[in-house]
Amino acid sequence: MMHYYLHLLLPFKQELLLLMAIFILLLLQIFGKKLQQEWTMQWVNLLLLITVLAGFWQVGYSTDVNAMFQLSPLNAFEKSVLAFATYLISLQAYNWLLHHEQIMEFYVLLFSSLLGMFCMISATNLLFFYVGLELSTIPLAILANFHLQKKQSSEAAFKFIVAASFASALLLLGISFLYGSAGSIGFTEIAAHLIVNPFSILAFVLFFTGLAFKISIVPFHLWTADVYQGSPVTVTAFLSVVSKASVLFVSLNFLFSVFHSLEPVWHTMVLILLLLTIVTGNLFALRQQNFKRFMAFSSITQIGFILIALLGQNIAGSAAVVYFMVVYVFSNLCVFGVIALVAATTGKEKIEDFKGFYQTNPFLAWVLLLGLFSLAGIPPTAGFFGKFFLLLSGAQSNYFGWITFAALNLVVSLYYYLRVVVVIFHRESAAVIAPIQIPKPVQFSFFICMAGVIITGVGSWIYTYIYSLAATAF
Amino acid sequence: MIVNFLLIVPLLTVLTLLLVKNEQYIKPIALVGSFVQLLVIIGTLIQYLGAASLKNNGAMLLQTDVNWFAPLHIHYHIGVDGISMVMLLLTALIVIAAILVSWKEAFLQKEFFILLILLSFGAYGFFIAIDLFLMFFFLEIAVVPKFLLILIWGSGKKAYSATKLVLMLIGASALLFMGIVGIYYNQPNGLQSLNMLQIAQMQLPYHVQLTFFPFLFIGFGVFTALFPFHTWVPDGHPAAPTAGSMFLAGISMKLGGYGLLRLVMLLMPAAAQFYAPYIILLAAIGILYGAFATMVQKDLKYMNAYSSISHCGFVLLGIGMLTPVALTGAVLQMVSHGLMTALFFAAIGMIYSRTHTRIIEEMGGLLVYMPFISGVFILAGLASLGLPGLSGFTAEMTVLVGSWQQPVTAYRVATIVAAASIVITAVYVLRAIGTVLMGKGKIYSDDTPTDARWYEKWAGIILVLGILVVGIMPFLLLKLISPSILYLPQSIFK
Repeated sequence: MMHYYLHLLLPFKQELLLLMAIFILLLLQIFGKKLQQEWTMQWVNLLLLITVLAGFWQVGYSTDVNAMFQLSPLNAFEKSVLAFATYLISLQAYNWLLHHEQIMEFYVLLFSSLLGMFCMISATNLLFFYVGLELSTIPLAILANFHLQKKQSSEAAFKFIVAASFASALLLLGISFLYGSAGSIGFTEIAAHLIVNPFSILAFVLFFTGLAFKISIVPFHLWTADVYQGSPVTVTAFLSVVSKASVLFVSLNFLFSVFHSLEPVWHTMVLILLLLTIVTGNLFALRQQNFKRFMAFSSITQIGFILIALLGQNIAGSAAVVYFMVVYVFSNLCVFGVIALVAATTGKEKIEDFKGFYQTNPFLAWVLLLGLFSLAGIPPTAGFFGKFFLLLSGAQSNYFGWITFAALNLVVSLYYYLRVVVVIFHRESAAVIAPIQIPKPVQFSFFICMAGVIITGVGSWIYTYIYSLAATAF
Repeated sequence: MIVNFLLIVPLLTVLTLLLVKNEQYIKPIALVGSFVQLLVIIGTLIQYLGAASLKNNGAMLLQTDVNWFAPLHIHYHIGVDGISMVMLLLTALIVIAAILVSWKEAFLQKEFFILLILLSFGAYGFFIAIDLFLMFFFLEIAVVPKFLLILIWGSGKKAYSATKLVLMLIGASALLFMGIVGIYYNQPNGLQSLNMLQIAQMQLPYHVQLTFFPFLFIGFGVFTALFPFHTWVPDGHPAAPTAGSMFLAGISMKLGGYGLLRLVMLLMPAAAQFYAPYIILLAAIGILYGAFATMVQKDLKYMNAYSSISHCGFVLLGIGMLTPVALTGAVLQMVSHGLMTALFFAAIGMIYSRTHTRIIEEMGGLLVYMPFISGVFILAGLASLGLPGLSGFTAEMTVLVGSWQQPVTAYRVATIVAAASIVITAVYVLRAIGTVLMGKGKIYSDDTPTDARWYEKWAGIILVLGILVVGIMPFLLLKLISPSILYLPQSIFK
């Protein structure tokens, strides 16, 4: 009997771990225990690590709860990636959280959001998917407001919730139309019954628009820059890395399996959207002064490049996307980690403030540099391999010319990343930012990120592993 | 096996440099690392010659092939033939000279030497890669350190120049990448191979070659200052520190030439036939334009940068002519130009560090103060204008003779134009030598400029020896180059 229950619960182990953490935090809160910030962070981080590892243990196929929830090796790996990214972000938030009053609430919200993403990834039913999506979004709006004294932060939260609810409304409408055209909300049934007709296309467009809001594809990106700028850096990092990765993982499943029959339709749509996204992201990133805003537009461009892989064949395409997300976690967190540290200690967030950064903080400058180079796709960083594989899988389609155009856009994106590098190495005037003491956890996270940026690329086994996972999923 | 050490040694050098705490040891480590690399190359050369004499041809030998990204058919596949051997030797010599020239670099010296070695790592890898992805990977590795070298240690409009250079080169890489993707997906029987030798054997369909040749040709062409994509050269070289310029002109521009050679010979021989007239046209324009532009330069570094465009035009001309002799000449010209332009930049750097000016008109009579540096300068100049006995003569002569073998009238016109440019070269070289070295001495900020220090002397001597060897005993190199050129599919020599 015991064994039977265990077997039933095992597929949920990652979700249960998070749930456990949430409840412990809540109970502690209720009984008024005031824990040391440092101590809280330590055990929370440990729990996150365990969640990461759980993704590699006993992850065979299993469907539970009325065909609502599925755990496949690829799913489990994706969850591990998200959990690991959250772990790194949590490490990097050390300076900021050390003196924050609401650290418990912070982690409760963060974990709720992560839990929502886990549900979303494993969902095989639109209902469960929608619950997961909302669970992941609403805590994020509160988190965006976590600079409690700053007006800008509340503004960001407000903008985020407005944009998110609009997206959810569209998504819901899409879901109901889908139900209308396929007669079911189960993924397998939809995949089997959906045929190309105007109604189902409308349903798909509405549904995809909802997703596009979350990953800020142009023209649904308008909230991104303001929210990124207003939120605390830690939350910005979470938004741009974890939140986007989760929706991208989900879209892989949707586009390649659920909406497989609409492929000719969504190919054209994705192509147009990705070109718009790349060009707009690039053009806006060129002139940004605030580092967080800059990263917002850079992340928009990156999403555009990621979409390229969706045009390719399903296994190679999803392997390229998942692989790129792993790379993206490391490289983006290199950059955000430095921004977070600088913002927490000096309060400076402008690119200009990083003038002569190398003179005073050579180590941080190298971390930043490595992250930027990886985002720009320069070898030997992993970003090079990631971009290469994205474009390679996309080029298999019939859109060679457009993909060449996208590849040339890499040059534009390189330009603005280099603009930051030029500022960092400026040596004609004295540095603005004084030398910064790097706390141990933050330093540790930097070492992980740097190692990740190098090893994920050159060490081909990571890609090969992801490819084998993707091969089992289709 | 030994071929792998060509990559391991620079990596180890970089790692050691990273870990070293004491600033004193940095330069010796860099120098020792590059000497060990030279020894490895000589070891490879001996092994290669042994293996080649057994086979009696110039095939790619000493190959190592390991699966890298198995699902995408990407291999870590390296090997050497005569052409790569020659390029490796050139790289090693220039790296050693560049390190010696920078011996007094005091600002962030650890980073400086790490970047320099990293650049050479990219170049070494590029010259021995057989897999196209690997080749592309190394090519890109050899780009960004240049940006940092110019940005941090450069002079003048360094941020602008560094950015322009990198953007142009990465833009070229984007084209190259698309070309490689085109090759990858359009092979007969649905194969997806990135192995150059295999692609050469399977022969890509004609229309595929015609479609994707321009991508690869322009991609590599930008690296080797193909007209009209040469504009990064006159900005990049003058802004770079001396070692950076030496590397840029000596090795970086050769990456493109080497890549073109592989492209024309192995990947797309049929398209090369088709596009040959355009290549020759662009090469001839580049040669003439570069030479004329050099005439009006006032700054020594700009002068050498523009003359590089002209000299690299000869490489392109040789490649476009598609005769064995012309192709051999192209390789010789790469070596010759690499050595003499590195020497030129080294001499200019030495002069600049003493006079603090690079403007030709502001100098004069330097021969009295610094006989050694002046001697080096003169030698580099004479090699540039093609004095017999020096490298420029043998290389350009071979290209021209090979070009004349093409009986087409238009090609012969291009050959004559190219030959005429040598006269222009003589004008600017001799004028520069006359103004800067001879004539009345001027007063400089240092009261009495001193002659070269020991490290500068060694840097000069190494490169001068190289130039003399190529000039007087070209048959040593030809023994390596010719079999590998002749080993190619004969179909390209029509």
